[in-house]
Amino acid sequence: MAILSADVYKEMILDLYKNPLHRGVLDPCDVWHRDGSMFCGDDITIFIRFGKGKIIEDISHSGHGCAISQAAVSLLTEHVKKKTKDDALHITNEQMVAMLGIPISPARMGCALLGLKALRGALEKET
Amino acid sequence: MSLISRQQFPIFRNHPNLVYLDTAASALVPDSVIAKMNEYYEEYSVNIHRGLYDLSIRASREYDAARGTVADFIHAKPEEIVFTSGATHGLNFLASVLADTMSEGDNIVLTRLEHHANLLPWQRLAKQKKTELRFIELTNDYSLDCDSAQKLIDERTKIVSVTMMSNALGTVVPVEKIVAMAKQVGATTIIDAAQGVAHRAIDVKNIDCDFLVFSGHKIYGPTGVGVLYGRREMLASLEPFFVGGDMVRIASYTDAAWTDAPQKFEAGTPPIAEVIGLGAAILFMQTIGFEYIQQQEHDLCVYAKNILEKEVTLIGPKEHINRSGVFSFVIDGIHPHDVADILGSKHIAVRAGHHCAMPLMEHLGLVGTARASFGVYTTKEDIDRLAEGIQEVKRIFRCAL
Repeated sequence: MAILSADVYKEMILDLYKNPLHRGVLDPCDVWHRDGSMFCGDDITIFIRFGKGKIIEDISHSGHGCAISQAAVSLLTEHVKKKTKDDALHITNEQMVAMLGIPISPARMGCALLGLKALRGALEKET
Repeated sequence: MSLISRQQFPIFRNHPNLVYLDTAASALVPDSVIAKMNEYYEEYSVNIHRGLYDLSIRASREYDAARGTVADFIHAKPEEIVFTSGATHGLNFLASVLADTMSEGDNIVLTRLEHHANLLPWQRLAKQKKTELRFIELTNDYSLDCDSAQKLIDERTKIVSVTMMSNALGTVVPVEKIVAMAKQVGATTIIDAAQGVAHRAIDVKNIDCDFLVFSGHKIYGPTGVGVLYGRREMLASLEPFFVGGDMVRIASYTDAAWTDAPQKFEAGTPPIAEVIGLGAAILFMQTIGFEYIQQQEHDLCVYAKNILEKEVTLIGPKEHINRSGVFSFVIDGIHPHDVADILGSKHIAVRAGHHCAMPLMEHLGLVGTARASFGVYTTKEDIDRLAEGIQEVKRIFRCAL
């Protein structure tokens, strides 16, 4: 079944693309990690400040990318804020796609998961 | 009267609704090329050279004939044509074997436009040999700034390697002028014709370059095969990178002597069907002729520019004389990847991203572009469909139309 553009570019995705959540450079932060996609040139950096009990006190993202990667990283940062490092590390690729709530073709999977990849990279830097 | 029909391309028979605007990445392959390769596999699919039986003699004859066809196509001699796996192979080979001609403090001159294939091999060489990389600048119109070339090429320039045509912006580079400047300081000259070869007739004697590379799949031929042209005396002076079968005059357990060029650069069994297919692709292009190709491309470029500049921001030379059928564009507020995805859902094939020219995109302050590129089968209807597709993209993203 072909995926229709109308199903992908839903109001919520476009809203988050135009008005992203938690966007910017978090300063000061405890860890940050930059990841990119060779395929499309998308580029995301995640910044995290931890609180007591390894709770994600604050989180932000910067960089540039397509509507899907940008909506995904907005949803993801909103989802993990105030959760623990362990909770965040347990988010699966499938859960990330489910959060977006749109069909993701194989060609766009990298876009959908780029923010999660960057988040995992940042979390691993926390010791 | 059109000299070619879309019906000559099986892809269009299988996908009648396809708008293919990604020829700069790979050109579609006509029946004649596929038939010629199938003929090899069905009638004489054996190894070349050294076989003393009819089938091998035929395979060798067809393989050698393809070399002659390529030589004729770019006005070289057959012994100046080396088959490679593609332009990337040719450029990596040159960067490896020319390394010894470089010393600390020398420089290599490229342009801002280069594809990664004509950048990264030189970048690596420059790091190894502590030499400087210099980049000929662009004008405000995305054309090559020849004054900048004049300033950058000096007595310490050992290699000048430039694209003939930008795959990212469509810019046509005046390679004859650049080669002439390089010759004045005795630099080795290399032309990356991967993009240019499908659009302009090439005469290596007229360009006067030492080397020129291109790939088969950009000229309606198969993937996996390409060409390295080397001036006869230059090839004679170079050592092979790969050594092995089919390239020795004599070999013992302790020593070996190579054959002459081009065989000494073609160790191992080559992609025989692909080489023969490349020959057929060149015959296909020669049947159409560059006069027709350039006229058709010019008409399409004029048409496309008029239509597209109303819809998008074009990134490339405005003067038709300085450009070819490659149109890079951006739409304010919409990422190129989203543009290409939505167009793709409407069977319009364009490419999006940095087009293997990341440094160029960064230099221009862009995250990437969407790119529509034309071939001999492209029609004005394709461009109309693209324009409709772009309007749909903007509608989905709620842009002001």
